[in-house]
Amino acid sequence: MTDLANQPVPAATTPVVRTPSKRRRINNPVMSIVKHAALIAASVMMVYPLIWMIVSSFRPTDTIFRNSGLNLTGLTTENYTFGWSALNYPFSHYLINSAIVVIGCIIGNLVSCSLAAYAFARLKFTGRPILFGIMLLTIMIPYHVVLVPQYILFQQFNWVNTFLPLVVPKMLATDSFFVFLMVQFIRGLPTELDEAARIDGCGHFSIFTRILLPLMVPALATTTIFTFIWMWNDFLSSLIYLTSPETYTVPLALRSFLDSSGQSNWGAMFAMSVVSLIPVFLAFLFGQRFLIRGIATTGIK
Amino acid sequence: MSALNELSRLRGGKQESTDNKAAYLFLLPWLIGLLLITIGPMIASLYLSFTDYSLLAPPEWIGIKNYVRMMGDARLLNSLRVTFTYVFVSTPLQLALALAIAVLLNRGMRGLAFYRSVFYLPSLMGSSVAIALLWRQIFGTDGLVNQILRGLGWANPPGWIADPSTALYTIVLLHVWTFGSPMIIFLAGLRQIPTMYYEAASVDGASKWTQFWRITMPLLSPIIFFNLVLQIIGAFQSFTQAFIVSGGQGGPSDSTMFYSLYLYQKGFAQLDMGYAAAMAWLLVLIVGALTAVNFILSKFWVFYDD
Repeated sequence: MTDLANQPVPAATTPVVRTPSKRRRINNPVMSIVKHAALIAASVMMVYPLIWMIVSSFRPTDTIFRNSGLNLTGLTTENYTFGWSALNYPFSHYLINSAIVVIGCIIGNLVSCSLAAYAFARLKFTGRPILFGIMLLTIMIPYHVVLVPQYILFQQFNWVNTFLPLVVPKMLATDSFFVFLMVQFIRGLPTELDEAARIDGCGHFSIFTRILLPLMVPALATTTIFTFIWMWNDFLSSLIYLTSPETYTVPLALRSFLDSSGQSNWGAMFAMSVVSLIPVFLAFLFGQRFLIRGIATTGIK
Repeated sequence: MSALNELSRLRGGKQESTDNKAAYLFLLPWLIGLLLITIGPMIASLYLSFTDYSLLAPPEWIGIKNYVRMMGDARLLNSLRVTFTYVFVSTPLQLALALAIAVLLNRGMRGLAFYRSVFYLPSLMGSSVAIALLWRQIFGTDGLVNQILRGLGWANPPGWIADPSTALYTIVLLHVWTFGSPMIIFLAGLRQIPTMYYEAASVDGASKWTQFWRITMPLLSPIIFFNLVLQIIGAFQSFTQAFIVSGGQGGPSDSTMFYSLYLYQKGFAQLDMGYAAAMAWLLVLIVGALTAVNFILSKFWVFYDD
């Protein structure tokens, strides 16, 4: 290494090209400190509300409004025990409702979107360019334009106050975003595998289930985690279709804290809000890799 | 030769027809969804927009009356103003912040994964009711922000959510808080730009600032454009935050009455579904027009490197 550095090397070889960038990085310790200080300050501002909410959820309601800091004295779990049973049903009831909806939607999205994606990515068929274009367009269509007629339709099926209006559309691949995500992913897989399987006598369905699906696990994971988080947080369609407290999902239950106790019980509201965010946080913790890869490959969301 | 051509065409034709059958089988769920859940309702919505319909009696054709009524509906025009303000303040702010942080977090930097996670987490929670409730507390008259401001010596800080002139901007701030997901996309885009461009530029004596405008911006512009289009479309549909922060009423004095919130109130609180359908189609037209304008404007600033 030292020999190389001392010798007059042609400009194109790597050491010379690398030196300026390395020097640039080492040369600016002050800039680097300033940058980290700014980023840490920004990080604190970003997460402070969340941490403050968690700490406040362990405080008696009357002291929440007097504590802007993170003072850890006088904490109590009272808000959690009270909040858990403050509504018509214990909070676990809403958690189970949300879990049913979310699991149904995940299965629906995984099955229907991967089937459609296989056709778009691997099969030649008449009308493919048009249908593919339509699929991309439906990513952009505002949900509101189908809201009213969809409600009328599902109401005629007697599906109001069931989870079907939330789950059935997912079984019909209406989340085009995920179809697009999987198409992008399949396109990145070598076609030689399919061809080899075809020569061995596999039909489309077994190529799909035996060759592609196992390779698509990262894309399926991304779909699972995004569906989980979006449906867990879903508010508008739940608000429209789930009107009886028995069918309430977690967001609707949280919102009813606002109705019934108004401003008075922030402690219980915070406690249950924290409970509702725990699954999202866990999904983030364990699925971050897939989320980041998913949005990086599609460039959406 | 011609026979061979014929044969290959025949074979191609045969293959295509077998693929057709398989393809449409694979597409079946999606096609049913497209017709039943998307296109069908869109057409039905267009029809309903020309009717008076309240779920209780069959729809009654009233021509363009809903649209005429909309033009004279002061609350609707106000909700458009509120929504436009929201979209055109929050989207550029959010994207600019996402881009700035993404550029700061350049590759190989110490702590990159940590910062990325911290900045990304809020964007997964931002659309939840829990966070909207939190916002309601934070920006309440006696909320977290005002406790801090009073502690700093401001005796009478604004009421934020209680004040019609600031309430909307608390929701803007909530949207900006979720800059993490565009940031991730920009980070991925930045990673695609070859380092040698920057090295060559710095050898030529270009400052960081010049490098940003001459290298980063042009090469990232397609990604910025794509996000701008989708974020604008998404922001027009914002609902949860305004609903929760204002307790479902769009107040104070309609200052957080988003278009989608007003649409919900018309359609599902007052059961004026014909009117709501007309509002939905106006939304489609507005979003479509803005997207078209975006595409036209993109010719002046988006750079495609092929």
